[in-house]
Amino acid sequence: MTQAEEKDRRGSFTAAGMKRGVRAALALTLGLMPFGLVVGMTADAQGLSLLETLLMSGLVFAGTSQVMALGLWTEPAPILAAALTCLVINLRMAPMGVALGPVLDRLHGIRLWGSLALLVDNAFALMVAEMRAGRRDAGFLVGASMVMWVNWMLMCGTGHVFASAIRLPPGHPVFFASLAALMSVLVPIWRGASDLLPWVAAGMLALLAHGVLGLGAPWPVLLGALGGGAIGAARDLRAAR
Amino acid sequence: MSLRLDVLAAILAMAVATYLCRAGGYAVLRVVRPPPFVQAMLAYLPGCIFVAFLAPALADGGWPAWGAGTAALLVQARFRTTALAILAGVATLWLLRLVAG
Repeated sequence: MTQAEEKDRRGSFTAAGMKRGVRAALALTLGLMPFGLVVGMTADAQGLSLLETLLMSGLVFAGTSQVMALGLWTEPAPILAAALTCLVINLRMAPMGVALGPVLDRLHGIRLWGSLALLVDNAFALMVAEMRAGRRDAGFLVGASMVMWVNWMLMCGTGHVFASAIRLPPGHPVFFASLAALMSVLVPIWRGASDLLPWVAAGMLALLAHGVLGLGAPWPVLLGALGGGAIGAARDLRAAR
Repeated sequence: MSLRLDVLAAILAMAVATYLCRAGGYAVLRVVRPPPFVQAMLAYLPGCIFVAFLAPALADGGWPAWGAGTAALLVQARFRTTALAILAGVATLWLLRLVAG
């Protein structure tokens, strides 16, 4: 290992980075609150105890798949169906770990596989923005993820406890908060005009899969993401030739 | 505060499946060095994942959702404050639904 590499590795996971991640994530927690409440309320409606609800939210920590699995909940619990639902819905996270390569490649052992265990959409988006700014401190990712995990547990618990008190109708504007949060993360991810074609293609393909072909999750996301990325890559390689 | 065995088994199975998704992509790509095309593609994946997730979700909400999403995007681009962007999105959706009746 050269001296430069040695120095590089030392800055791969710092307390300062964690602090920055915590601060960045706190601004986003507002957007995750309604979704956590929804998961807590859904779990209560399906007869899960508070302990079971918190255990699920703490270990799975992936809201969309939790809502889906709870939607097909049975008595006794559907072990295979719930696991398959998580596998399919959370497949979108596989390319996230790959995209974080420049950050994760400098880690080993528990720091590497533990950071991956906490990976979640919004923390991923924040970390991508960090990478674009030239910073590769995995502490940032873990700090941001931990804030989101604590917030997630608090909100799922609150939703479960007050399930009857805060019974909002399904389409209430408050539920738009989680989409608005994802909308806002597009801004720091945007790199410039070269992103336009792949992004438009990704959106069109997802709409085609969802609206025209009538495919359910995760196919619109997978088709859109892979198709958009492929179109961008094809254009870049042709330009380089 | 009950914890039933069948529920615990389902939760653990969900947790394992989800961890495989989180770590699996990275674990595979760490061993296999991807060709240039795949590397170029990976650079575009983050943005494309979010766009591909958001477009169908907004489409389900109709034109008020598109309007609200645009509002959140513009507020974030102008002020760089996520909490403000979220409030703008929710408020815009609420207003547009009122207008739409």
